[in-house]
Amino acid sequence: MEVINTDVAIVGAGGAGLRAAIALAEADPKLRIALISKVYPMRSHTCAAEGGAAGVIKPDDSMDLHFSDTVGGGDWLCDQDVVEYFINEAPKELLQLEHWGCPWSREPDGSIAVRPFGGMKIKRTWFAADKSGFHILHTLFQTSLKYPSIQRFDEYYTTDLLVEDGRCQGLTAIEIRSGQMRHFQAKAVIIAAGGASRMFPFTTNGAIKTGDGMALAYRAGAPLKDMEFVQYHPTGLPNTGILLTEGCRGEGGILLNKDGRRYLQDYGMGPETPVGQPVLKTMELGPRDRLSQAFWHEQKKGNTISTQWGDCVLLDMRHLGEKKINERLPFVRDLSSSYLGVDPVKDPVPIRPVVHYMMGGIHTDINAATPMPGLFAAGECACVSINGANRLGSNSLTELLVFGRKAALSAITYIQSGASAGSSTALATQAKASESRIRALFEKTGGTESIAGLRKQMMDTMEENVGIYRLGEELETACKKISDLRQRYAGIEIHDKSSVYNTDLLQALELGSMLDCAEAVTVGALARTESRGAHQRLDFTERDDQRFLKHSLAYYHPKEPPRLDYLDVVITKSPPGVRDYSGGKK
Amino acid sequence: MSERQIQLEVLRYNPETDSEPRFQSYTVPCKNEWVVLDALNYVKENLDTTLSYRWSCHMAVCGSCGMMINGEPKLSCKAFIREYADNIRVEPLANFPIERDLVTVVEDFIAKLTRVKPYLIPKEDKPISAGEFKQTPAELMKYKQYTLCINCMLCYAACPQYALVPEFIGPAAIALAHRYNQDSRDGGRDQRQEVIATDEGVWECSFVGACSEVCPKHVDPAGALQQVKVASTIDWYKEHLMPWVKK
Repeated sequence: MEVINTDVAIVGAGGAGLRAAIALAEADPKLRIALISKVYPMRSHTCAAEGGAAGVIKPDDSMDLHFSDTVGGGDWLCDQDVVEYFINEAPKELLQLEHWGCPWSREPDGSIAVRPFGGMKIKRTWFAADKSGFHILHTLFQTSLKYPSIQRFDEYYTTDLLVEDGRCQGLTAIEIRSGQMRHFQAKAVIIAAGGASRMFPFTTNGAIKTGDGMALAYRAGAPLKDMEFVQYHPTGLPNTGILLTEGCRGEGGILLNKDGRRYLQDYGMGPETPVGQPVLKTMELGPRDRLSQAFWHEQKKGNTISTQWGDCVLLDMRHLGEKKINERLPFVRDLSSSYLGVDPVKDPVPIRPVVHYMMGGIHTDINAATPMPGLFAAGECACVSINGANRLGSNSLTELLVFGRKAALSAITYIQSGASAGSSTALATQAKASESRIRALFEKTGGTESIAGLRKQMMDTMEENVGIYRLGEELETACKKISDLRQRYAGIEIHDKSSVYNTDLLQALELGSMLDCAEAVTVGALARTESRGAHQRLDFTERDDQRFLKHSLAYYHPKEPPRLDYLDVVITKSPPGVRDYSGGKK
Repeated sequence: MSERQIQLEVLRYNPETDSEPRFQSYTVPCKNEWVVLDALNYVKENLDTTLSYRWSCHMAVCGSCGMMINGEPKLSCKAFIREYADNIRVEPLANFPIERDLVTVVEDFIAKLTRVKPYLIPKEDKPISAGEFKQTPAELMKYKQYTLCINCMLCYAACPQYALVPEFIGPAAIALAHRYNQDSRDGGRDQRQEVIATDEGVWECSFVGACSEVCPKHVDPAGALQQVKVASTIDWYKEHLMPWVKK
């Protein structure tokens, strides 16, 4: 097996991975950096983020406000020391992107423009029209081309982390075009491989978001944290799950039920605000969890519109006018017109909540470090606990930057502390075992299960039982079913016997990742007998700070469900309080 | 929900077993709102797990799923079945070597992208603590269109010149160089000119304009190329006829 020696191996080349790579290259041009991704960097799902990135820049804003919006938005499951670090770093990172050429939208005087977003008390979302993630990703990718020390391994699928003496010392990855396994020897590894929302059938996430990075760390022994918190974005196109950004509402779009009523006022987010004059942290600018939950209630009451793609409500943007829609929301107009046949300039757009983001992920601390020495993580695959139980829109793009950079700096500190790349025979043996495992899967015949079949059952299980509102019995069903599917996974067979660009094999490996992540979600959700943020239990309707002001930690077991443990939330200055989105008018 | 049966003719090629590409036909029951990518996914999930192709976002922004559909370069996630007759032929992007089935080898494009220095080379040094470079909406508009390139390479598949002269740097890479040249914060034009104002660069373009026609994001690379040509010509005249004038 070919061995590639490097100082830092990064798994994933989206926003967080690229930011980490650049930070490493800038800190020390002599560092050898291996940037490994199963897709070319610009295909990474950061490109699909639309609305923008939060960071305090305007004189009427303050760090304290960003802090309280984030912590309250997260229903007090955020680690407040980390949130404080995050909001302090945020403006610097967004300015850094500006200096790298990101085409941020501007005020007439040439300064950065900001737009309102849900759950934010002040306008603080930097945006590049409605393709903010796309521009951030491409700015980072193009900037990364400046640094010869960033060696890219595009279209390499990482299969295992190599852990020896309790330290992460490299990984194995398949070169997709040849099917050959490579052994990367690294002093430190950063995982930045994105979320896992493809475990659900109806999601804004691209096909690549299969939880590979989470599963890598989890199987190697690092715990997954707060996996039960899954964010539904309130406004997805009903047929495809394509996201219509929160910016639609930030710019003044309103939500209507079948009677034309702005129903959010009936769910603690009123009083009704004048059309076209959005009021921050009120009505349509409430947080995502509350809006998605309000939809669920409207559906139960029969107030939604029945469509061939399921029940919907309407997102009405007509009053914004064609000029503003073209300037601020051109992509939304294009997506809605092309994929649904509804032009938001002329008609209200039917939408429904759609799985969007995993608040949970690989347990990391304020340094983006996992509990395993040598292993760091950043971005959606990590849970650094700034998002708590419900992420505020536009915090995640900033998170990629702040913690992508932090992971790089922490990896350097770790290496400087004397960590050496393992060259022991034990690592080579592990790499060999990893290769053998993949080869056995590849060569196996006589399978009884289909990859697509198991995947569909997993997705249906998650949708039916682990949705916006959850119930103990349903979660028990889901736990049993996912555990069962994990067993049945052993019965799959790869029908494609070619070594070249074998997507049958890749889909099998991705399914394995998703099943492991899905089990952590279901087990965590069943055990959390309270309602907090995006985790709402019909049988435990209240937040329970006595028992559950805690992060859940799921530890992997190859055959059994994960072992759960709990960790206290870090509270520095904001004790748990009431989440108020009524514009202060109650 | 209306359904329709189509014949999807897909180019297949496995370098380990095939001496040359062949077509394989699949019968696919399609929903009216489907795109060609949905039909390929139907094949992959239900009929033939060995078919290889790239895709991810299904919303025309990741740029993975460019293919020839009935001979035209398209994003398969934005090629609606309803706009085609019952026979649809799908092939890998033209002008690129085939790796496997619908997957092409794209290193050439990536290398060209890297060569044109598609990153900001700041006109002036400015620390982050000094805040943002001011840029008015009008200055932004000057280059914004060229930032919208998703690197899908449809323009390379459409370009007759790239087909003839593989060294041609090509539409998307030149448009991106132009994007930075036009950015009010940038001072790197001279460095990029060395790459793009050459025979392999803009002068190779014969201005057929196919690149702009197929661009799914309306970037207009042909327009960028012409602007670079004009600017380069002015450079030449300044240099040769008025050497005392600074570029």
